[in-house]
Amino acid sequence: MMLSIEQTNPMTTDAPIRWTRKHLLSLEELSADEIRFILDTADSFKEVSTRSIKKVPALRGKVLVNTFFEDSTRTRTSFALAAQRLSADVIDFSEKTSSVSKGETLVDTARNIEAMGVDIIVLRHPAAGAAQKLARNVQCSVVNAGDGAHEHPTQGLLDLYTIRERFGRIEGLTVAVVGDIANSRVARSNLWGLLKMGAKVIFVGPSTLCPRAFEQLGATVVHNFDDVIGQIDVINMLRVQFERIKSSQFPSVREFTSFFGLTWDRFQRCKKDVFIMHPGPMNRGIEIQSDIADGPQSGILKQVTNGLAVRMAVLYLVAGV
Amino acid sequence: MRTQYDQADVHRLIDQLVSEISAAFLASSPLTIIGIRTRGETLAGRIASGLTDRGFSRIARGVLDITMYRDDLSEIGPRPLVRPTDIAVDINQKPLLLVDDVLFTGRSIRAALNALTDYGRPSVIRLAVLVDRGGRELPIQGDFVGMQTGDLSRDHRVNVRLSENDGRDEILVESKH
Repeated sequence: MMLSIEQTNPMTTDAPIRWTRKHLLSLEELSADEIRFILDTADSFKEVSTRSIKKVPALRGKVLVNTFFEDSTRTRTSFALAAQRLSADVIDFSEKTSSVSKGETLVDTARNIEAMGVDIIVLRHPAAGAAQKLARNVQCSVVNAGDGAHEHPTQGLLDLYTIRERFGRIEGLTVAVVGDIANSRVARSNLWGLLKMGAKVIFVGPSTLCPRAFEQLGATVVHNFDDVIGQIDVINMLRVQFERIKSSQFPSVREFTSFFGLTWDRFQRCKKDVFIMHPGPMNRGIEIQSDIADGPQSGILKQVTNGLAVRMAVLYLVAGV
Repeated sequence: MRTQYDQADVHRLIDQLVSEISAAFLASSPLTIIGIRTRGETLAGRIASGLTDRGFSRIARGVLDITMYRDDLSEIGPRPLVRPTDIAVDINQKPLLLVDDVLFTGRSIRAALNALTDYGRPSVIRLAVLVDRGGRELPIQGDFVGMQTGDLSRDHRVNVRLSENDGRDEILVESKH
């Protein structure tokens, strides 16, 4: 158990728990209380972005390095901006311009970065488990910004935050995650986070990309979107990964859209207050109809806004341990 | 050593604060009252309603959480929960009354002043506290002070309890041992 209960008066509103993790590697390892702690902390940091001076001194003098071994726009920018709003210094490290292209290993690269006095390494890497490996080999904090098809915990957290903001709760909701589940770290982080917070998770996709094996982890696996469309509170549409689209696992784009895309026809059969999410980047007209993505029930841009608050909370918390 | 002040004492101290504060500001002019979480917020609410009873009609309220501004963040170890700050009002160019329950080292107030700077520039900032327990580490003093205990050593604890938060009004000064 990672949380200690402080002695408190039962009448007080003070939260009784403190954060004790040095790293954020996955949602699988967090307890529901820890997830709630991050979301509550994010609530407070969200306010910072509404001020005219959008900066607090919480991480003044700390150094964060964004280490991305895969392309990313929003996650990388979001972490950088989050760190800057906490007054940390931010260094950008990218594979293409680094000694990694000369054959240096991940751990050696990280140790060299750390030797410059870095406090937090934010890591995106194509290999599942890369963040765990790094955390075992460095003294500073490690935040997983996506490791292969394993997890993308801050995406999972910002999805939870956005759902909680929209419905006032997570417990009892039915959330469908739709698309290429097998290759998606977002789907896995969603699954762990949502289950721990008491939601029901339905994975929807073609059998080649949405294997029944996920039922063992607690998801409901469905290969026909229309079977469940009327019972879903939240739809999280995953991006069609074109880099995989030529493989035999993947149907044609048109076939995918017709069976698994969020089309107008399907949208009209959804619950009236259905909430639409997408981790981005979107393929408009393929997995999601453009006007649904831009419509009043879409939370897609809220996800981006909330991502900043959630990442501020995560950086603030791990830097204190 | 253990000294206890009951509900009547707390009410009397707050009444006395309200009366000093009302003499120092104009009832017809704007006044921003900002409480420091958690009990400063409650206290600010009581002071605001006391001032309203005395004819203050242009009071704006806000709540400040100073955690993000603490100067001991790297030393305190595991993070406490940061609660939201809620200052929806424009604090520029009008007097601001900052309210906290206990004044000790002055570091919370330093953090609060830094935080307020990020929201604007009040014409003047005054500090009201229920208890001043001495032990200052910074050149910061209260303008309106409910009671002074004199310099208490570090092994003493001053607990302010307010019914909204704790079920009863009470001030408890006791030795930790």
